[in-house]
Amino acid sequence: MSKKNISKAHENYLSSIKKRNKTIFITQIAVFVIGLSLWEVAAHFKWIDTFLTSYPSQIWRLFVNYTKNGNLFHHIGISVFETVVGFTGGTLLGFIVAIGLWWSKFWARVFDPYLVMLNSLPKTALAPIIIIWVGAGYSGIIVTAISVSIVVTIMNMYESFISVDEDLIKLLNTFGATKFQILRKIVLPSSVPALINTLKINIGLSWVGVIVGEFLVSKAGIGYLIVYGGQVFKLDIVMMSVFILAIISVLMYRIVAIVENKFNRW
Amino acid sequence: MKNTVVEINNIGMTYHSLEGETEAIKNIDLNIYEGEIVGIVGPSGCGKSTLLSIIAGLIEPSSGTVLVKGQKVCRSNRNIGYMFQKDQLLEWRNILQNVVLGLEIQGKLNSQYYEKARNLLNNYGLGDFIHSYPSQLSGGMRQRVALIRTLILEPDFLLLDEPFSALDYQTRLAISDEIGVILKKEGKTGLLVTHDIAEAISLCDRVVILSNRPATIKEIIDIKLTCPEGRNTPLGRREAPEFRYYFNKIWKELDIHV
Ligand SMILES: Nc1ncnc2c1ncn2[C@@H]1O[C@H](COP(=O)(O)OP(=O)(O)OP(=O)(O)O)[C@@H](O)[C@H]1O
Ligand SMILES: [Mg+2]
Repeated sequence: MSKKNISKAHENYLSSIKKRNKTIFITQIAVFVIGLSLWEVAAHFKWIDTFLTSYPSQIWRLFVNYTKNGNLFHHIGISVFETVVGFTGGTLLGFIVAIGLWWSKFWARVFDPYLVMLNSLPKTALAPIIIIWVGAGYSGIIVTAISVSIVVTIMNMYESFISVDEDLIKLLNTFGATKFQILRKIVLPSSVPALINTLKINIGLSWVGVIVGEFLVSKAGIGYLIVYGGQVFKLDIVMMSVFILAIISVLMYRIVAIVENKFNRW
Repeated sequence: MKNTVVEINNIGMTYHSLEGETEAIKNIDLNIYEGEIVGIVGPSGCGKSTLLSIIAGLIEPSSGTVLVKGQKVCRSNRNIGYMFQKDQLLEWRNILQNVVLGLEIQGKLNSQYYEKARNLLNNYGLGDFIHSYPSQLSGGMRQRVALIRTLILEPDFLLLDEPFSALDYQTRLAISDEIGVILKKEGKTGLLVTHDIAEAISLCDRVVILSNRPATIKEIIDIKLTCPEGRNTPLGRREAPEFRYYFNKIWKELDIHV
């Protein structure tokens, strides 16, 4: 479609859409700003107990302090590192196991009930055991994060692998394809959308694993800050940590979305 | 006498599952000769796709043998084109990459074949779409791409399992005409499964009528149509005076009760 030669009606249509998008964006910002202002005002006039809720300007001052002495980046760095390693590990291992299950129907059936059980089990319940076994440092936290995302990865990817059209596999067989070629030429590429969905889910799950792990053992990290803030009743530390967590998760999600767009050309 | 391409000797097939056994086909004997297109019609679920899978060597029959050019088909010597109801194009590959998929898998892909793929695409009106993705093409064009993907391998013969049935009626008429002309021009031998009696008569030299499951051959009808010179195309054949006669005959033989 060319940019030129668009009718008046179409031009109106486009500008009305643009206007609407803009209104939505402005409203979104407004909701955020009004929410924060109400919070601040309520705290200022003592409508709410700031000991329990803290308030935006206090959180901001704390944030500036933590940034200045560099502590904040230390904590963020550690948590992000643990999450990225856990996320990559969980996704990669889950992906490999799923390929194995696709390859061997026998083992897929053998492991099926175990996977169902593991999937319904809250993985965070395993965290204390994992930390005792693996060690109370980064490694324990990372393995906890892996344990949270790996089962979902296996199930999602396996589900996607076996949903490839029978006739498509038949077609490849008429070409004389080997099982490995079927995997590489059709099963894996057709599972890219499922993989991207899994990546999105795994970001959140890996954070759950890391924060739980940090609650239990760590001496640093965002989870540590939250627990510490809670223990000394400094709610501003807790609030700040939660905000930071939200921002980083969204950033990671955006990165996956960018990867997704790269694959979306067809 | 023409050369025999496919020799089907007394094939039988029984599927086993926990619910019991299903005898899908029984005592099928059929020879297919070079350059002819044989149609297969039969009631739903009678075993047509099963028969094609056996001929392609994708499943072992419970009894009997199939020889293609005098040899048993196996993975290493399989050279059979197969077309399905859905075109089975890979959405993440462009048209050219889709066309060369079979060559790529057989490790034959080289610049000569790329050239050939381009030529075929150009000849069949897809020249402008070489770098497009399947989602940008209409259903009829996609099925044409699927045909080129099959033909570029120069198969000994083609198995067509209801290749037009997913298309809307107009496209279906146009594409079946076009593909019929291409197959005749290239001198291809083929076996076409269809539910559409008119399609079978217009495209095929012989039509095999199968019974209900287990499928056996009820009758084989030679189609001899008188067409004016230059009108011996699938669409032209539909205007032949004998067309109605064959239609009624096949319809009666099929003996469909609703
Ligand atoms: N893998 C299988 N295991 C068990 N039974 C099967 C299997 N494949 C097909 N069948 C059965 O064999 C019979 C013939 O199936 P087939 O797909 O060959 O029929 P068809 O004539 O191609 O049907 P349609 O007209 O629907 O395309 C059916 O009853 C089907 O349920
Ligand atoms: Mg079928």
